[in-house]
Amino acid sequence: MSSEMIEKLTNQEYKFGFQTDIESDVAPKGLSEDIVRLISERKNEPQFMLDFRLKAYRHWLKLTEPKWSKARYPKIDFQNIHYYAAPKTKVKLDSLDQVDPELLKTFEKLGIPLFEQKQLAGVAVDAIFDSVSVATTYKEKLLEAGVVFCPMSEAVEKYPEIVKKYLGSVVPFTDNYYAALNSAVFSDGSFVYIPKNTISPMELSSYFRINTEESGQFERTLIVCEENSYVSYLEGCTAPKFDTNQLHAAVVELVAMDNAEIKYSTVQNWYAGDPKTGKGGIYNFVTKRGKCAGKKSKISWTQIETGSAITWKYPSCLLIGEESVGEFYSVALTNHFQQADTGSKMIHIGPNTVSTIISKGISVGESENTYRGLVQINKSAKNARNFTQCDSMLVGHKSKANTLPYIIVKNASAKLEHEASTSKVSDDQLFYFRQRGIGVEDAMAAIISGFCKSVFDKLPTEFSVEANQLLSLKLENSVG
Amino acid sequence: MLTIHNLHAQIDENKILNGISLTVKPGEVHAIMGPNGSGKSTLAKVISGDSHYEVTDGEVTLEGKNILDMDPETRALSGIFLAFQYPVEIPGVNNAEFLRMAYNAKQKFQGKPEADPMQFDAILQSKLELVEMSPDFADRAVNFGFSGGEKKRNEILQMAVLNPKIAILDETDSGLDIDALRIVAEGVNQLRSPDNAIILITHYQRLLNFIQPDFVHVLANGQIVKSGDKSLALELEARGYDWLVSPVNG
Ligand SMILES: Nc1ncnc2c1ncn2[C@@H]1O[C@H](COP(=O)(O)OP(=O)(O)O)[C@@H](O)[C@H]1O
Ligand SMILES: [Mg+2]
Repeated sequence: MSSEMIEKLTNQEYKFGFQTDIESDVAPKGLSEDIVRLISERKNEPQFMLDFRLKAYRHWLKLTEPKWSKARYPKIDFQNIHYYAAPKTKVKLDSLDQVDPELLKTFEKLGIPLFEQKQLAGVAVDAIFDSVSVATTYKEKLLEAGVVFCPMSEAVEKYPEIVKKYLGSVVPFTDNYYAALNSAVFSDGSFVYIPKNTISPMELSSYFRINTEESGQFERTLIVCEENSYVSYLEGCTAPKFDTNQLHAAVVELVAMDNAEIKYSTVQNWYAGDPKTGKGGIYNFVTKRGKCAGKKSKISWTQIETGSAITWKYPSCLLIGEESVGEFYSVALTNHFQQADTGSKMIHIGPNTVSTIISKGISVGESENTYRGLVQINKSAKNARNFTQCDSMLVGHKSKANTLPYIIVKNASAKLEHEASTSKVSDDQLFYFRQRGIGVEDAMAAIISGFCKSVFDKLPTEFSVEANQLLSLKLENSVG
Repeated sequence: MLTIHNLHAQIDENKILNGISLTVKPGEVHAIMGPNGSGKSTLAKVISGDSHYEVTDGEVTLEGKNILDMDPETRALSGIFLAFQYPVEIPGVNNAEFLRMAYNAKQKFQGKPEADPMQFDAILQSKLELVEMSPDFADRAVNFGFSGGEKKRNEILQMAVLNPKIAILDETDSGLDIDALRIVAEGVNQLRSPDNAIILITHYQRLLNFIQPDFVHVLANGQIVKSGDKSLALELEARGYDWLVSPVNG
């Protein structure tokens, strides 16, 4: 951003601010200090949160949009975005008949149960299965175990000390352009707190939360696992997600103390844009990082990335605690004009820390799929170990795959292994299937699912089946 | 059953098949012999629908139905099986799962119930015994890291599971030791019935000691230059192909 522009922004007149029409639930477009104040005020935030946001905002003004990724996209006009909208309850439809038939077809192919279909499409569900009651039962069960799982805005209100202590402790607002932006304007997200010696009695799924209210485009998630605790958290779902907001810049922070383990799984299937032109798809620029603060703590990221026009994300682990473990398992599928630039950063700080990176990139159509990863062994990280495996698969003749592994080793005792492969689904392989009576789509599904198996195996069981179906669905009509 | 009439095919403007006619009736075994590059594999692939090859003239019918307009999977489901000369490796895809997919595709096509993994395992075990393959093969990736002989036996295993109407074996005997040859031959003889037919593409007469053909054809320059009975194979063994592929005959 030019200094001229900064000036223009900071000198902006008090145009909208707090005098926005109370009835209207959307702030005017554009970002200014007033808008940041408005967000904080509307959310009834304590002073520390406002300070946090303002510091981030002022820092953001000094930054320029990063350009290092391989992604190509038109310039984003940050003054053309609404940064605040009051949380809306979704419009409820009366029955599935009112839902877009295309969407229903997709649900069916994914094998999503009827009850869930209704929830996803925003249809009011039968009395017994009312989403509110399901969510409530769910909440009660967690509460009994002492697990806190609530929207971030609620956490700011109810658990300000925890939020104050950890928010920004893993991803400081100074980290990058989008982290600064998110810190200034974040709307909502999930907050999870697992106290000492507690195993979360169930998988936590963001799906239950976002059903009641939308988190918007600047989502903020914080998960803290105290000593000897465990949680598995699932973000997203296989159902296609449409959103009018083109830019999504979420921040996810994880903190694991001694012997704690956090398993964070993501299935992302956002609108990828017009298959013929790539227009209108979502830009997904996310900062995800976990801090293995405690001894023998463990954080594992598993992601299935299939949507968005542009994806940029590098779930990372800071391995601070002695013998802590970081894992990254990823499947990224790009089709048509999608671009994905994704990978992981494993920063080894404590001794005897271990990390694993398994990345499977599948590029179809005219898409481009880049693995970008960093393994850094600091001087203090004696006997650190890393295993990295990056496999790319190309389908068709116009797709691209890139592998960009960066390695920094400052301690000679480190042991690093790196494997990489690129394969192509050959016509001969497809003909072999077809000669045995198996159609192209089933053949592709079998090949892809074999290719991704080691990552799918890391997903919660029901999800791994869905993920498999999702990939086949994404490949439909793209080969032959 | 299978009727080929005046079949011409080419790849990238290179004419490879130059008017092949062949009629195969149920219960028959036809051997096709001929020098390297004469078009034997091309014939097999054109029949099974490999889109690399362009058919420029002629007809191929299976039980009276024109198959040249069908996609490869429909031809396969209609009963055409090709044991490939060079079976391709498919890393990551489990052999048993692959076979079950193929089996179920066929069951579905015929309106019969599909087999779940347990039911299919029983079917598979008996066929594995038939080709003397250890059960480990079921759990390996399709042809991946298989030796040449193992790949060939895997083709026979698939044939045994799918029980095709017409099986085309493209040099399945090449590179096999005598034991493997016997196993392959037994697999083929098991399939042999009054309802099925077999086309054996081979270089060597030795396979024909195990599987008695009803007819032997010699392919040269994309044409059948001579047809006869089993004695023709013996004659070829003794005399080679030169007397058939001389310019006069070609
Ligand atoms: N993909 C191809 N491209 C070009 N020429 C080919 C291709 N496949 C086969 N041919 C040619 O077609 C002819 C017949 O090959 P093939 O059918 O494999 O013979 P055979 O199986 O009898 O040894 C050979 O001259 C071969 O070089
Ligand atoms: Mg050949």
